[in-house]
Amino acid sequence: MRNAWTLTKVRMRLALRNRAFIFFSLVFPLIFLFLFLGLFARSNVAAVPYMLASVLAITVMGSFWGLSIQLVTFREQGILRRFRVAPVGPGAMLASSILSNYILTLPTVAIEFALARRIFHMQGWGNLGGVFFLITLGIVTFAALGLIIASVTNSTQETQVINQILWSAFLFLSGATLPLPMLPIWLQRFALFLPATYLVTGLERVMVARVGIRQIEPEIVALAVSAAMAFFLSQQLFRWEPEAKVGPRAKVLAAATIVPFLLLGLWETAHGNLRSTARTDFLSIERSAPADRPAPLNAPR
Amino acid sequence: MSAPIIEVHNLTKNYGAVKALRGVSFEVQEGEVFGLLGPNGAGKTSTVEILEGLRPPDGGIVSVCGLDPQSPGSAFKQEIGAVLQSTALPDKLRVGEAISMFASFYKRRRDPAALLKRFGLEEKRNTFYSYLSGGQKQRLALAMSLVNEPRVLFLDEPTAGLDPQVRREIYTIIEELKKERKTILLTTHYIEEAEKLCDRVAIIDQGRVIAQGTPRELKQRSAGTTRIELRLARPESDAALKQLEGVADCHASDGVYVVHSTRVPQTIVSLVKYLEANGNELSSLDIAAPSLEDVFLELTGRRLRD
Ligand SMILES: Nc1ncnc2c1ncn2[C@@H]1O[C@H](COP(=O)(O)OP(=O)(O)O)[C@@H](O)[C@H]1O
Ligand SMILES: [Mg+2]
Repeated sequence: MRNAWTLTKVRMRLALRNRAFIFFSLVFPLIFLFLFLGLFARSNVAAVPYMLASVLAITVMGSFWGLSIQLVTFREQGILRRFRVAPVGPGAMLASSILSNYILTLPTVAIEFALARRIFHMQGWGNLGGVFFLITLGIVTFAALGLIIASVTNSTQETQVINQILWSAFLFLSGATLPLPMLPIWLQRFALFLPATYLVTGLERVMVARVGIRQIEPEIVALAVSAAMAFFLSQQLFRWEPEAKVGPRAKVLAAATIVPFLLLGLWETAHGNLRSTARTDFLSIERSAPADRPAPLNAPR
Repeated sequence: MSAPIIEVHNLTKNYGAVKALRGVSFEVQEGEVFGLLGPNGAGKTSTVEILEGLRPPDGGIVSVCGLDPQSPGSAFKQEIGAVLQSTALPDKLRVGEAISMFASFYKRRRDPAALLKRFGLEEKRNTFYSYLSGGQKQRLALAMSLVNEPRVLFLDEPTAGLDPQVRREIYTIIEELKKERKTILLTTHYIEEAEKLCDRVAIIDQGRVIAQGTPRELKQRSAGTTRIELRLARPESDAALKQLEGVADCHASDGVYVVHSTRVPQTIVSLVKYLEANGNELSSLDIAAPSLEDVFLELTGRRLRD
């Protein structure tokens, strides 16, 4: 545990010395913030929490990139081997990836809240306890997913390509950029199989409807299961050596990552009400738009 | 004698079809500097990295400080220090941060600042790793390998690729460690290094130990012949020189004739007579003390550096 904390401190320093990291973890989410809130919520204060929920989700999902690329670079350059001859285990290495992601994301989240209040006149704070809960679970989930990709890819380039594909899916199919109710029905159904969707709708619930933690239980369970599963798998798949090739067992395990999401999606499809609550939250911001101004977004009726 | 601190018995390692180690055995006593000497690809790194716990062996028995390097948990790692064949650290990690971080991983630890001072890196404390020279990087790697007062220190080609002056610096450091009675396993393909630094040497070639002993013992093996190096005013045929008294073997390269003689005085006398008779002259003559190079040549028929 002490090793994990030492590594966390060092890796945060390294991340902060890396311009690309600063851009993707701070500048990029803020660009989204000004874009979303500026375009869609300027004339409709009620839409601010809804848009902020999207921006928060995007910020959290950024930990998917975060320190997993750093770990691949460490492995490729033979840096991990040096840690391996010291008493440092894979658990400490992986935990430090997640922990440093977490600590580095919180200030961005705080800045986003502050800007939403100051510049975009957001009223209230939403259910902050719920926000905190979802953000924590979300970062662990997405950081651990990133670590799985880091383990099953053999070079930084390969990692980036796969991350890019998954990242686009998370961004565009989860409701984070295009609200879920605006997507075609078949895509909405597909979205129920993505962990990102639970993060986005969960955040919308606590920010817009300001519901209590009890009412976002499905989202919390979904994210907690994903987080635990992803962390466990990343530990199983961890590789120290640059030349260690990804074995068949590792590939099967990595493929097994989708099983809980499959089950989750099936359960949600059969019993859940995620799509309808997402629609309620979305329509609530539209209804509260002043009558003499056009609605911010048009939902298919 | 107490139980050896490193025991290697019949160690084998394959990489696919490549048989990198074919039954390597040796023992290292506490306080000894032991050298693995051999050409590139001999299996030195494979051996050392198995002993460090970085690679699993395919067969044989290894034990370091009475522990199996593959044993789970950190007890083994607490006891060893290592300079890998190539050390890499994050480019934007500062020297001081690197050594303090590694120190914090161990139960037993030395003061990182004192180590940096000892290795002449005090002023580089706040320098990024990527800005260090090759020699400075290697000194940092050595300093880092000592942060836990290791019982056994592994140095895999610690001077490879460094220029001669830096190499001498590293020699001085290792000699100091030797005076402190540190147990060191060192690999090298430099003869001088093995002769200068090691108490005992195992010569390793194609995954096998082909000779083992103190440098002096090993050199006595080739004491049967002494190497004489000559330059001549005009070329002579190898065959003619081989006819001289006491000559076991002769070959020429780049105008230098290397004559292996079993009776040096007789050989020189008959050489001078032969040259006079043929109107040729000696430009230079060197009688080389037998070296590990000769031992290697004798055992394998190849030179160590090619
Ligand atoms: N990771 C590896 N994969 C495949 N072959 C390897 C690997 N490491 C070493 N070898 C091969 O094993 C042999 C011994 O290599 P090595 O132990 O590195 O020797 P040395 O350190 O003496 O140069 C060489 O033929 C080398 O090509
Ligand atoms: Mg080597």
